[in-house]
Amino acid sequence: MLTDITLGQYFPGDSLLHRMDARVKIILLFFYIVGIFLFDNNICYGLNTALAVLLVFLSGVSPRMVLKSIKPLWWILILTFVIQLFTVPGEVMAKLWIFNITYEGLVKGFLISLRLVLLIGVSSLLMLTTSPLMLTDALESLFRPLKPFGFPAHELAMMMTIALRFIPTLMEETDKIIKAQKSRGSDIGEGNFLAKVKSMIPILVPLFISAFRRADDLAMAMEARCYHGGEGRTRMKAMRMHNVDGRAIVVMSLYMIICGTVYFML
Amino acid sequence: MAFIECKNLSHVYNKGLENEYKALDGINLKIHKGEFVTILGTNGSGKSTLAKHFNALLQPTAGQCLVEGMDTGDEKNLWDIRGKVGMVFQNPDNQIIAAIVEDDVGFGPENIGMEPHEIRRWVTAALKAVNMEEFRHFAPHLLSGGQKQRIAIAGALAMNTECLVLDEPTAMLDPVGRQEVISTVQRLNQRQGITVINITHFMEEAALSDRVLVMKQGKLVQEGKPEEIFQNIEAMKKLGLDVPVATELAYRLQKKGLPITKAITNQEALIEALCQLK
Amino acid sequence: MSIEIKNLKHIYMPRTPYERLALDDVNLTIPQGKITAIAGHTGSGKSTLIQHLNGLLEPAEGQVLVDGVSVIGKKPENKKARRSVGMVFQYPEHQLFEETVAKDIAFGPRNYGCSEEDIQQRVKAAMDFVKLDYDTYKDRSPFQLSGGQMRRVAIAGVVALETPYLVLDEPTAGLDPVGREELMNGIVKLHKKKNNTVIMVSHSMDDIARFADHVIIMAHGRVLLEGTPAQVFSREDFIHQAGLEVPRVTAIVKALKAEGVAVATDVYNMEDAVKAIWQALAKKKAGGAGKC
Repeated sequence: MLTDITLGQYFPGDSLLHRMDARVKIILLFFYIVGIFLFDNNICYGLNTALAVLLVFLSGVSPRMVLKSIKPLWWILILTFVIQLFTVPGEVMAKLWIFNITYEGLVKGFLISLRLVLLIGVSSLLMLTTSPLMLTDALESLFRPLKPFGFPAHELAMMMTIALRFIPTLMEETDKIIKAQKSRGSDIGEGNFLAKVKSMIPILVPLFISAFRRADDLAMAMEARCYHGGEGRTRMKAMRMHNVDGRAIVVMSLYMIICGTVYFML
Repeated sequence: MAFIECKNLSHVYNKGLENEYKALDGINLKIHKGEFVTILGTNGSGKSTLAKHFNALLQPTAGQCLVEGMDTGDEKNLWDIRGKVGMVFQNPDNQIIAAIVEDDVGFGPENIGMEPHEIRRWVTAALKAVNMEEFRHFAPHLLSGGQKQRIAIAGALAMNTECLVLDEPTAMLDPVGRQEVISTVQRLNQRQGITVINITHFMEEAALSDRVLVMKQGKLVQEGKPEEIFQNIEAMKKLGLDVPVATELAYRLQKKGLPITKAITNQEALIEALCQLK
Repeated sequence: MSIEIKNLKHIYMPRTPYERLALDDVNLTIPQGKITAIAGHTGSGKSTLIQHLNGLLEPAEGQVLVDGVSVIGKKPENKKARRSVGMVFQYPEHQLFEETVAKDIAFGPRNYGCSEEDIQQRVKAAMDFVKLDYDTYKDRSPFQLSGGQMRRVAIAGVVALETPYLVLDEPTAGLDPVGREELMNGIVKLHKKKNNTVIMVSHSMDDIARFADHVIIMAHGRVLLEGTPAQVFSREDFIHQAGLEVPRVTAIVKALKAEGVAVATDVYNMEDAVKAIWQALAKKKAGGAGKC
């Protein structure tokens, strides 16, 4: 189903994670991801997993929602696992035709897949607990120092806001156009490559026309509401750091130090 | 002084090009503060083009459009005019900018540089005025058409707008949504004194207004109270328009010989008139 | 032979937090050669229902039979069943894509495997039906037409399939009064000429009362009421339960009756309303003055 996506789907709530400053969340997420890749020993994997589980628990978002965001990448996970399983040399556990399955491969495959799951899971947690507007505001704010170098921080943030807003709408639209053309006897995605490409035209042309029409309407609506770029614009949700952000930064710093200690000392 | 005044307003699209097209031709009109005005006309009669002049989205190619005496053709008045006159468009999906209701309502106030706590206050008040408070944290694509249009109205109200220009706001809605939007607009007009200019194809909506303007091929061809406008059924049908069902029923009964003397624009008036004949 | 809907059940996004039962045990027979109207509040399941009629949606349970053959399945007869149902979506002008009007209308017939000669004839006939002059409009780009004309081109694109069943989802939405009237009259004219079966989703009870032979009222994924307009609209309690209204003339005569005028309330269109009120008030005059 086309409308079945988790990316960019915010789940309103009032958890600790929801209340955190989006900028802080993005920066801490960055450090967490660095941590995952830097400290690759078993204990650190354990700690990383525990932290991820704790974060899901703190967010109040149902674990199923987080797992769902990992689902689209299922085949990448399997592929990674299988490649590791067969390619890492070591103690042979089983033989499959010309391939050797090693104990080390099994462990490595599992750990690398786990790393990916943590990466995607915690990133999606950021999306699930931060409203798209907060997210784009945060990115705008984080990139603002680059503005003197001609970096269009506001424009990019606005583009992202609009893109996020229109994903569900355009998904619905695509679904409708496909159904309408199917009703006119079009065989979408059937036949050889050329036939497949050709069968996309009756979908893509109306979709683009519709997107342009919407863009035109939207530009008019924005102008009617006094939009004139980032100059002199204020924000309803002014970003301010609270106690919870301070604590999160402290906790994350300590966590990184612990991981580092474990990694380098043990 | 009239709130909005058009003096000999004309608008030509693609001027000087091959596909030049005169959408408005010498419009003269006045709209007063607190009025509820309906604009009728078939598709292509110039209604939408006219509406876009009221908040300076379009500028006249000849003549003038004044909002509280400010010329819409003068660049320096642009933001003042757009702050005073809010627009609501036909397609509810294409005018909601943010992915959360309250963020969308706050979009206008943010653009005019309001203080954050002020924005919150206005957003809350605007959502209350359209009865959408409990949807504050919703994603717009989960709302019904009528609810989306009320969010669009709230977006204008949050900028402390004095006038709402609605360009076929109910055309894409089901009867329930249509009713939600129209009663919201009516309430804002009556309770908060907001000037309303509603463009519609639904005659029952027009019957609710103080004054009706009828357009045809870029010209203003009729103007008057709903009961005056709808009295001449044949003229309305000739313009490609219609009249409310109650009006048509009264007219047909009249033709058959029932002495209905009053002008009828709604069900209540018709019942009253018929009861007097008993 | 007709369309039969048996124990139809549809669930959106099954096994997710968004799971929603859209259709719940729907049983219907669409009468052959008649105009059937489907009405219901937004979310009542009417759009979901019509999308099952040509197999766009697969039911969770139950089946749809067109002339006795299921619309789901890979066999040629299933495909034939699906292709005997033409479907006009809401705002169909949004599906136009070809360079010229004639090419766009020809898209469907070409997919159906018609011969070039046949296609041209069908395009001509379909344009004639929607009152677009063939020679004037065939080579124009559909995107340079007015909104109402684009709607007509899109409908012609489905009419050109010449299916025995034609489904229309709110065909008049967003049109001005003349456009609405012309389109509805065109649909009725085509129906009379071809004797096809028309299934139409509409929000306008006035239109339903005027044009439909058979009415289906949906609510919460179920069929709440079914019958002739007179049968359906006489059950005002059910109509309101479905979040709908009776035709406006019916509301007027009912209000008149409530005021003590002895008027017949089983009227659903303008002509009958005029007659009923005339009779009631003429009777009153003969019987002397009453109180109001």
